[in-house]
Amino acid sequence: MNQYQAFYKRIDKALHNDQLRRNFRSAMDGIRQRRLAQFPDKQELQILRYRAKAIRNKSLSRQAELLERLEAKLTENGIQVHWAETPLQANGLIHKILEAEQATSVVKGKSMVSEETDLNHYLEQRGIEVIESDLGEYILQMAQEPPSHIIVPAIHKNRFEVAELFQKFHPEQPHTDDVDELTGCARQVLRKKFAYADAGISGVNFAVAETGTLCLVENEGNGRLSTTAPRIHIAITGIEKVVENLSDVPPLLEILTKSATGQPITTYFNMISRPRQPGEKDGPEQVHLVLLDNGRSRIRSDEELVDTLRCIRCGSCMNHCPVYVHVGGHAYGTTYPGPIGILLEPQRLGIDKVGSLTSACTLCGACGEVCPVRIPLPKLINRLRADAVNAKPSEKGVPGTGALRSRSEAVIWKLWQSIYATPLLYRGFKFLATRLRRIKPPLAAGWRRYRPIPTPAPRSLGELARQQGYEDE
Amino acid sequence: MNQPERVYFFGTCLIDLLYPKAGLAGMALIEREGVKVIYPANQGCCGQPAFNSGYRQEALAVARAQLNCFPKEYPIVVPSGSCAGMVKHHWPELFAGEPDESQAIAAAQRTYELTEFLVDVLALQLNDLGQPTKIAIHTSCSARREMGVADRIDSLIAQLSNVEVMDHSHKTECCGFGGTFSVKQPDISGAMVEAKCNALLASGADTVISQDCGCLMNIGGALEHQQHALPTQHVAEFLLQRTSGESE
Ligand code: SF4
Repeated sequence: MNQYQAFYKRIDKALHNDQLRRNFRSAMDGIRQRRLAQFPDKQELQILRYRAKAIRNKSLSRQAELLERLEAKLTENGIQVHWAETPLQANGLIHKILEAEQATSVVKGKSMVSEETDLNHYLEQRGIEVIESDLGEYILQMAQEPPSHIIVPAIHKNRFEVAELFQKFHPEQPHTDDVDELTGCARQVLRKKFAYADAGISGVNFAVAETGTLCLVENEGNGRLSTTAPRIHIAITGIEKVVENLSDVPPLLEILTKSATGQPITTYFNMISRPRQPGEKDGPEQVHLVLLDNGRSRIRSDEELVDTLRCIRCGSCMNHCPVYVHVGGHAYGTTYPGPIGILLEPQRLGIDKVGSLTSACTLCGACGEVCPVRIPLPKLINRLRADAVNAKPSEKGVPGTGALRSRSEAVIWKLWQSIYATPLLYRGFKFLATRLRRIKPPLAAGWRRYRPIPTPAPRSLGELARQQGYEDE
Repeated sequence: MNQPERVYFFGTCLIDLLYPKAGLAGMALIEREGVKVIYPANQGCCGQPAFNSGYRQEALAVARAQLNCFPKEYPIVVPSGSCAGMVKHHWPELFAGEPDESQAIAAAQRTYELTEFLVDVLALQLNDLGQPTKIAIHTSCSARREMGVADRIDSLIAQLSNVEVMDHSHKTECCGFGGTFSVKQPDISGAMVEAKCNALLASGADTVISQDCGCLMNIGGALEHQQHALPTQHVAEFLLQRTSGESE
């Protein structure tokens, strides 16, 4: 099965799941409303977006230097820094840390980078118990599904579906489909895990070079418990998450939480600067940071595509995407779904693997309009489309450049070009199309499933304009 | 900008072949205000279909053929948000580094979407002569986000005293056309247009009005396919009909 066929299959499955589509529609409608309520002043919003963009650009343009400073400062603070080029290296590093400390159980806070590396499976295969402590992630761990959204990972499930899962995995708990009671039930189960886990793994939202601080945004307190209760804390993140100063954090944090969930601030905001100090009563004895590249340096080297790395993973682009709302996150088949997934995943995994994602976009611009760091998502997605069919791929470009070029499609566009770039041919074409207007070419079967092939007018505008005496020049 | 003496009308390939009445109506609206409309005979397509499919060389060749149709300094009026957006925002990108880049940028700068031109340049005043009717307005995503002129159609329609505008849910959401998207991802496109049609049908409108024929072809086609009797019409035709006392 080629990547298009596999993609169509996932789309078909999603579109035929009415429950799923209702879940997404209502969830996305709600989250859009909540975001909107956070930005009553349109101008203020634009100022915030420009500021956030500038901070992210500054961080990216000086990334190498900032990463060095970050490492030095973290090391000074007693946090051990590890570098990973590939997902496998990152997983291996984390496993080694755990092994050295004979850690056999892990509680995890939500981390999309760990999804990127498929860390859970890696550790489980090596005999380590991994428990997701974010409620949504915990639900997915029971269901054995990947996240369908980067912020609200189990959003594709409604509370009845969640209740069923709890019933199945925790028959000892009283059956309920009340959201608060379900949350209470999860709390009961997870609290015990926090108490005995050897290590906690978390993501990072911002890594501050100036102070060597790892910032973690969350709502459930599970992040705080995962990073403070066990004796080892391992944070994993992408290298692009570094920012220079502590003062860079508040503007990013504000626009992140408002854009993501429509909250002025999340319930918890953790700033982790060092392991437990002598005389302190709590906190992990060891703190590690794994910095993952996984294609980011290559993305950074492209003048245009570097904007991809401004992303602060708010999820707003998917919340507002008219395609995402119909098919949901799993249809994309990649770690990151929605517009940012369409943009990032082909760059990370290769156009030859997932370039077909770029077709799932109408270029409507809804994502670019809400992105808090002003990533021109439609423009860059369109750029990837050009890369995908590029006839002369260069070594340096996006991996898999040119992989989706098909001879038949290329011929069609050449034909189109010769008609539309040659006035005489175009006029001949229009003449035929208008005179033979009742003859419908059996083209575009997909279009015809939902609409008829449109009928040309009896006379073209060009002809009518001449007849009515409009001048030519 | 003051009222110009002459403008170029860039009819777009879709209107040229499928919806010439919309084009003629747009031209008539402009001429009625005393501005001479020039319709270059050699025009065709802005290049957008190929550009949005990744075929930039082909798009460039076609765009270049248009550039030659609009040599003078007159404003270029385009009765479509997405084609106007292509010229205004993507021609500079497409022509970057080409010998005719500066011409393309100049053309982009004097390009207007039709309703934008009618409101911002002509300050068009309308006197409604039609029977009471209810319409729903679908604003194309390009007019809304790329061109930022979504409110111009609203303000034109608001001048029509006998026209009631019906609200519909998810008004700002894409109708699912997206050019070649509708062919490459037909089922997602089908789901999107179905949702759009349902919202429009529920609005209670007698007609759906838009400034983009791409959207109208998509929405109108889907309504026809589902055998609903809700007609669609380009805003230029609608405005002309309402204000010239003609009826369909
Ligand atoms: S691309 Fe922009 S909107 Fe999408 S997740 Fe990243 S920051 Fe948020």
